[in-house]
Amino acid sequence: MSSLWPELERVLGEVQKPARYIGCEDGMIVPTHRPDKAAWLLIYPDTYEVGLPNQGLQILYEIINERPDAVAERAYAPWTDMADVLRSNGLPLFSLDSHRPASDFDILAFNLSSELVYTNLLECLDLAGVPLHADERTSDDALVIIGGHCAYNPEPLADFVDAAVLGDGEEVVSEITEVVRDWKASGRGSRHEVLRELSRLDGVYVPSMYDAEYDGDTLVAVTPRMDGVPAVVEKRTIADLADWPYPKNQLVPLTEVVHDRLNVEVFRGCTRGCRFCQAGMITRPVRERPAEQVRTMVADGLRRTGYDEVALTSLSTADFSGIEEVVAAAVSDDACGQVSVSLPSLRVDAFTVGIAAEIQRARRTGLTFAPEAGTWRMRQVINKLINEEDLYGAVESAFSQGWRRVKLYFLTGLPTETDEDTLAILELARRCIEVGRKYHSSPTVTVSLGGFVPKPFTPFQWFGQNTEVELRRKIGLLRNEIRNGGRTYKGVKLKWHDARASVVEGLFSRGDRRLGPVIEDVWRNGGVFQEWSEHFDIALWEDAMVRQGLSLDSYVYRHRTEHEVLPWDHLSAGLHRDFLWQDWRDALDELGLEDCRWIPCYDCGACTGYGIEHVVASATPPAGGSQGTGQGTDHRNGADTAVPVTLTARPRVTVGTGS
Amino acid sequence: MRLRIRFAKLGKVRFTSHRDVARIWERALRKAALPVAYSEGFSPRPKLSFGLALSTGFESHAEYLDIQLKEQDGGEAAPWDGTTADDMARRLDEALPVGIDVLAVAPTDRGGDSLQQAVVSCTWAIDIDDLDTEQAAEQVARLLAAEQIVVERERKGRIVCEDIRHQVLALDVSEATETGVRLLADLGTQPRALRPEELLAAMDPPLEARSVCRMHQWMLQEDARVEPLTVDAVPAPLAEVRA
Repeated sequence: MSSLWPELERVLGEVQKPARYIGCEDGMIVPTHRPDKAAWLLIYPDTYEVGLPNQGLQILYEIINERPDAVAERAYAPWTDMADVLRSNGLPLFSLDSHRPASDFDILAFNLSSELVYTNLLECLDLAGVPLHADERTSDDALVIIGGHCAYNPEPLADFVDAAVLGDGEEVVSEITEVVRDWKASGRGSRHEVLRELSRLDGVYVPSMYDAEYDGDTLVAVTPRMDGVPAVVEKRTIADLADWPYPKNQLVPLTEVVHDRLNVEVFRGCTRGCRFCQAGMITRPVRERPAEQVRTMVADGLRRTGYDEVALTSLSTADFSGIEEVVAAAVSDDACGQVSVSLPSLRVDAFTVGIAAEIQRARRTGLTFAPEAGTWRMRQVINKLINEEDLYGAVESAFSQGWRRVKLYFLTGLPTETDEDTLAILELARRCIEVGRKYHSSPTVTVSLGGFVPKPFTPFQWFGQNTEVELRRKIGLLRNEIRNGGRTYKGVKLKWHDARASVVEGLFSRGDRRLGPVIEDVWRNGGVFQEWSEHFDIALWEDAMVRQGLSLDSYVYRHRTEHEVLPWDHLSAGLHRDFLWQDWRDALDELGLEDCRWIPCYDCGACTGYGIEHVVASATPPAGGSQGTGQGTDHRNGADTAVPVTLTARPRVTVGTGS
Repeated sequence: MRLRIRFAKLGKVRFTSHRDVARIWERALRKAALPVAYSEGFSPRPKLSFGLALSTGFESHAEYLDIQLKEQDGGEAAPWDGTTADDMARRLDEALPVGIDVLAVAPTDRGGDSLQQAVVSCTWAIDIDDLDTEQAAEQVARLLAAEQIVVERERKGRIVCEDIRHQVLALDVSEATETGVRLLADLGTQPRALRPEELLAAMDPPLEARSVCRMHQWMLQEDARVEPLTVDAVPAPLAEVRA
């Protein structure tokens, strides 16, 4: 089928931000479709601005398009005005690369990073003209696949998806491509057969091949319906990031997006062991990219894209063995002019004067630290082992280098949290302001408060989430304290995540197959873009739960027991269940656990189960701070001790030295 | 020294905004390694000055951009290390997305009015569907015959009535198109530009454009109408550049 552009062109004048729908990015690939190629439509079910920068999607886009037997194009969720215009003009969901209708593709692959986008997935399927329910699809319909962190508990989406892919996608996309290519070549026979083939691939879970059994309200088991389907689906893990230098041509959008900069992933995985953090648990082990490859990707990327900012991404970038050399190389590359480096995930125990000086060179952007909890006791429970001195040291580094505003990220509603723990958040903020006054007359500290949502494959997966009322009470506690504190908290600003949104996230984070009709009910009642506050409506979700006879208490607020069957027990992120349970008991005993990257193994299962290892260039932890030990620090004397990054002179911008 | 660039905005990229185009240029200039001067301060910005904004969705063969180049130590900046204007145009063109095409590059006076101050009118090609040349000619004649055309415009948040007749410098039926007719309009820009859609709304009956393309921007030089930068041949509007 040919391009829909002539039709789209006529209606784009009617919608907001039409540049969302034109594609044309630097790095875009317009592949040649052929009957012998498997055609993927990679869909990010949120707006273009949010979805375009997603690195996972861009990596797969390149890998698939490098294959001779496959093509990949991209789509993002059309905003509500565009969805209306498409429907009223009888137009379908389309790709941005060649503006083809979704029906031209064999696979609709969704990247899911938040539970709140589940209704957008249904919206995209509906606009694509694909039957919503997997069991209503025929051989003519596309295969619907999901990936991303939410795929680790795909059960609430079991009605709608044909397959979920667990873990790193770099290798498995090729295996899926081969199955679908052969299915296509053989004339697209039985859908059941192709799903059966997919279920044989490691890392691919086909929900329709499993039965969920209940005893009353209790889930008893999720088991394969037939022989040859694995009882437990294991995640995929690539052994060495050096083999995958993607994206090679990062997409450069023509219109403004979030994270509008070059992004280079410096490592994947994290073993700091923060117990609330699903990403840290499911992406183990740590796999660093060689520093030399990072340098090349940064230098080539800046030259090719024209960006003046590069983010070195990972779950905790200051832990990267090569951080010093890499940052210095990026800012001193003559050809790239004035470059700023941002390190989006920084632990406070490794943020120093040197890094502060370096990253603010070209442009001073916001600086966020995540102490996560207000007291040392609480931080031992969640295993975020940074002490107060670490925080004040980091904040001092920032204020002394000219920042006037610092943002601190905290969670509330954590296991064993008392009001004393909650209120201590403000005490930390107040003392940060004190540090700031040494350098500025009116420094500000923004406290950003998120409601804790327990996630699968973490030690806190057994914890009953705080109720909406309780989360609101805790937020209120801080608001009152600030209001009644007079000048005590001058300069402290409080922001908080909507506690009602946390409820919906919690519902689907640990939900099971019975929630499918709830998602469909909310979507049918117009509940799309629920991750956008202007569209979020808790009443839609509560009403849908009532209509389905289900209770939030049971799904969200209830503590799980040790031997209870969890909806994701037939899936595996490599982590032994008894390791997670022991870690949960240790949390309740306020016992911290050190990073296993630099000390002997705890046998969590992530390495041993898959026969892989950490890939870390340095055998010792990076310098600076207490490094997760909670021990004393010695880095506060200034830039001459324990500074991971050396100061270098600002590079001169010279004429015509490009490549 | 200052460089003046004339460029086109055609095809899919016409749906980018004025701000988007500014960002696209900033990146393109870095990719082409042009020694652009930066502002001082915490947040240095390249010294670029764009002409009149083009509405999102309109095409153009006549967009302009002035670039302040860095002074080299010891005097005047060396112009792009020995390369010719054509080389420069090619280098920039390679760094720009399809549809934003460099048409001409030339050094310009350091002083002088900014583009926004200097331009007095623009020529627009306006395609209208479902209208034949005869009907169009009647409508055009009716409009031109009016002594006054008073329209309501918003100014500083208030609705004011203004006569726009004197800003319609020329209006012609250019040719029949496959689906209707093409008008050519020369519309004044001072003190405030008359937009093509305002003109169409003032027609009797009001018209809606299928597409709009800016063909020229004009300034006055000793009473003669000249373009800020001329190009040898302006291609047909709405060309086949549509990627």
